[in-house]
Amino acid sequence: MTTFAAKLTIKDVTVTFQRRRGGSVVAVDRLDLVVRDKEFVCIVGPSGCGKSTLLRVIAGLTRPSSGDVVLNGARVGGPGADRGMVFQSYTLFPWLTVQGNVEFGPRLSRHPPELCARIARRYIDLVGLSGFEHAYPKELSGGMMQRAAIARALANDPEILLMDEPFGALDAQTRTLMQELLLSVWEQTHKTVLFVTHDIDEAVLLADRVYVMTARPGRIKREVHVSLPRPRTVDVLDSEEFLHLRREVHQAIREESLKVLKEG
Amino acid sequence: MSRRTYLSGVGLSIAAIALVWTVLSYGGVVPPLFLPSPSDVVRAAIALLREGSLPVHMRASLSVIVSGWALAVVVAVPLGILMGTLKFVEALLEPVVDFVRYLPVSAMIPLLILYVGIGAAEKVAVIFIGTFFQLVLLVADVSSNVSKDLLDSAYTLGAKEGTVFSRVLVPATLPGVMDNLRITMGWAWTYLIVAELVAADRGLGYLILDSMRGLFTDRIFVGLFVIGLLGLAFDLVFKWMHRTLLPWSPKA
Repeated sequence: MTTFAAKLTIKDVTVTFQRRRGGSVVAVDRLDLVVRDKEFVCIVGPSGCGKSTLLRVIAGLTRPSSGDVVLNGARVGGPGADRGMVFQSYTLFPWLTVQGNVEFGPRLSRHPPELCARIARRYIDLVGLSGFEHAYPKELSGGMMQRAAIARALANDPEILLMDEPFGALDAQTRTLMQELLLSVWEQTHKTVLFVTHDIDEAVLLADRVYVMTARPGRIKREVHVSLPRPRTVDVLDSEEFLHLRREVHQAIREESLKVLKEG
Repeated sequence: MSRRTYLSGVGLSIAAIALVWTVLSYGGVVPPLFLPSPSDVVRAAIALLREGSLPVHMRASLSVIVSGWALAVVVAVPLGILMGTLKFVEALLEPVVDFVRYLPVSAMIPLLILYVGIGAAEKVAVIFIGTFFQLVLLVADVSSNVSKDLLDSAYTLGAKEGTVFSRVLVPATLPGVMDNLRITMGWAWTYLIVAELVAADRGLGYLILDSMRGLFTDRIFVGLFVIGLLGLAFDLVFKWMHRTLLPWSPKA
């Protein structure tokens, strides 16, 4: 592991939701984590463990009850272009073409139109959507929409890319293709990525480090370093080391899922 | 389903209605006082066109319906979008709108006559009241149902609240708003007839009422057909507008 500076630090973050009929739920409980510069970090955990909530807190979309989110040494408040996000649901703006969607961020920062167009084309090309610049989202498949969403988030050149189960709604074949695409995009951009998933294979395949989250209250249970060589392809799925790491993460998650089951 | 199968279905249903009508009227099953034959209706239509009253009635009805409905749209759409977006606007409007919405428009006609008289303004007011309160709620529903993730993704791209409202929320509501414009236009026709059955001297509703007084069933049928055809034409115009103005909409 090379020693990179901390890009993102989560300090003692707690998120408590008020229930409508009184009482409250602790979604994230005094959680700490660090993402270093140019690092690809995955958070895995059973469903309902608060991993999406955590990502929303980092994006500034949900306010933490206590604790801090620090990006490049500065505390972050509300949402901003420095933290790009890709959602699980399809969030392309239906009234804009692929080009218009990817240009959305750069245009907000008032770059000249030609520059916005150039930036957009570059990222559209990076995610392999060249030729679809003028297509509306309704003309795209699920996988293509998510590729455009990744390009749209990257076009802002964010400090960190937050991904909330971006391939969760895709079929298995498309998902594998998207994972390979993301690996190749990462090789070319070396963006700092924080990726949330419940898919263990996906986490181990993509990440430099995997955080396993516990459920109710959401905490970090274990940290697993993934030292599989890069650049990676899906071939790594068959390697002995991958299987070993996978088992380690799986074991940690299993203990958590069982705990949740017992508590009902 | 292919377009051909669809069109043959359309043809089949029209043919079936025409057949039943023909058999019932020419076959003498139903007396002409209750069901005029197709040729009677065509003859009545030609007569009404010749005396020039049909165009007058059509123009009167169309101008009332379009102005009343357009007024309602201009006010209701922005209000509805705000109501679906801002809790405070919702709190301000919802009780009033929900109350008025359940008042039958016909029950307000006496008051409207008292306030604005029996001219075209009263009919326009009936259409306005009939569509406005429904449209506000329908549009509010559309705007509050805009995907939260869509708005959130705009925020994470660096957009501020005002920009998210004007460049994401408003365009996102357009297909739903368009649908509801079409639906409320349909209702406007219902209110038009209600308005024209009371204190009118022209309009398609008046034509029908007036024909009933003389038991001119064939003329009543002409009135009904014209209303149906105009409604169909409006519907086609709305579908065409949806396709041309919102080519990106999944329903276009």
